[in-house]
Amino acid sequence: MARKTLLNEKEILIILNRLACQLIENHQDFSNTILIGIQPRGVFLADRLVKILQEDYQVKDIKLGKLDITFFRDDFRRREDPLSASTTNINFIVDNKNVVFIDDVLFSGRSIRAALTAIQAFGRPKNIELLVLIDRRFSRHLPIQPDYKGRQVDVIKDEQVKVEWKENEQKDRVCIVRPDTV
Amino acid sequence: MAKLSVSHLLGIKHLNLEDINLIFNTADHFKEVINRPIKKVPSLRDITIANLFFENSTRTKLSFELAEKRLSADIINFSAAQSSVKKGESLIDTANNILSMKVDIIVMRHPNEGAGDFLAKHVDAKIVNAGDGAHEHPTQALLDSYSIREKLGGVKGKKVVIVGDILHSRVALSNIYALKLQGAEVMLCGPTTLIPKFITKLGVRYEKDLRTALEWCDVANVLRVQHERMDVKYFPSIREYTQLFGINKELLNSIDKDIVIMHPGPINRGVELTSDVADSKQSIILNQVENGVAIRMAVIYLLAQQIKRD
Repeated sequence: MARKTLLNEKEILIILNRLACQLIENHQDFSNTILIGIQPRGVFLADRLVKILQEDYQVKDIKLGKLDITFFRDDFRRREDPLSASTTNINFIVDNKNVVFIDDVLFSGRSIRAALTAIQAFGRPKNIELLVLIDRRFSRHLPIQPDYKGRQVDVIKDEQVKVEWKENEQKDRVCIVRPDTV
Repeated sequence: MAKLSVSHLLGIKHLNLEDINLIFNTADHFKEVINRPIKKVPSLRDITIANLFFENSTRTKLSFELAEKRLSADIINFSAAQSSVKKGESLIDTANNILSMKVDIIVMRHPNEGAGDFLAKHVDAKIVNAGDGAHEHPTQALLDSYSIREKLGGVKGKKVVIVGDILHSRVALSNIYALKLQGAEVMLCGPTTLIPKFITKLGVRYEKDLRTALEWCDVANVLRVQHERMDVKYFPSIREYTQLFGINKELLNSIDKDIVIMHPGPINRGVELTSDVADSKQSIILNQVENGVAIRMAVIYLLAQQIKRD
């Protein structure tokens, strides 16, 4: 597997700050906004953004939830590997709230479609926005686009965009993983 | 993620520890789902399940039905009392007729031991045994262990006594397999006439004195006296049974620890348990009912995962 670094730690930090500022621009004090990290990997990004919003921009009382979409996926029984569920932790009703979905990579759009269905179990949001760190352009199966994006990339189907976080992989890094060529 | 090592749930005997842990971990997620404002997920929206109940059942049938509905499966229900079985139709004919309606999973309760195994060999659907005679009732044993794990933090090393009519109970056998597999110590307590002859070969102890058994255990799983299965008198009178094997508040209070009380239901109040025990804080009977739905959702979900469409 060949790896090429797309974003290093410093670049990720700059992007995270920019995304936090864009969120503040649109949501101001976050009193009517709920941030939802999509399990499993969107949660790391959501935690980072909340930390920046609280520590660097003194935004208080941010509501952050974690949403698992496993039972709402449309590829259940169509995958080789069984699906493994993660925790959902949303302790508030999202009725009439501005909801921001947060995920690391937007690829086919199917995870976000599943998240749109899953969130209905917690009420009817006023509106839903999508924030992603990486937008894989030209790979969508569904008409879903991000409202906030860190970086847009064009990669071929066999290549994987992998986002690594310090919390999990000791290093903040985004890389493109290419399968070995013969 | 691992997947189940079996393609049907016919009995705990066929499962391994990884299967049980996988079912419990999946049930944890479903327990969160069923406590949401909207308690439904669309995972099984293209799956059809037939609930074949050749024997009366209230809570198991309702629990399975609710689990299936919360997974968004299509379901059909069948009760032997109102069916062609009364006209002499065989089990395999009944099942094949139902399968022609494109059913993917069969949940079956049957009065004969091994009915699920038989069906699994002859029809092309996933089979879930919802109780076969006095043989096994795997989902009940799973929910019992799951409830013990929830209440006491684990099953390994815990001392569980199963009290009552072991001879006619499918819950007892499945529980013995499940608890032993998870490393619990199991004791049986009841009239000697209601204890199967070679049951201690399964690695369980027998104690005829209820007080001694209760003093030993952390959990008492109390079984119903199954009058409907008794063809002869196994004990002199209900009154005597209650005096020797019934659990009441005085008896519990006289024991120097808080024993967890379980019962698979329905309870003969005043026979195996008095009302004040059944409704006490030590009783987790209603938790068992709630956990039953989550466990059945997990079992059906994990089996459905193995169904592949071309």
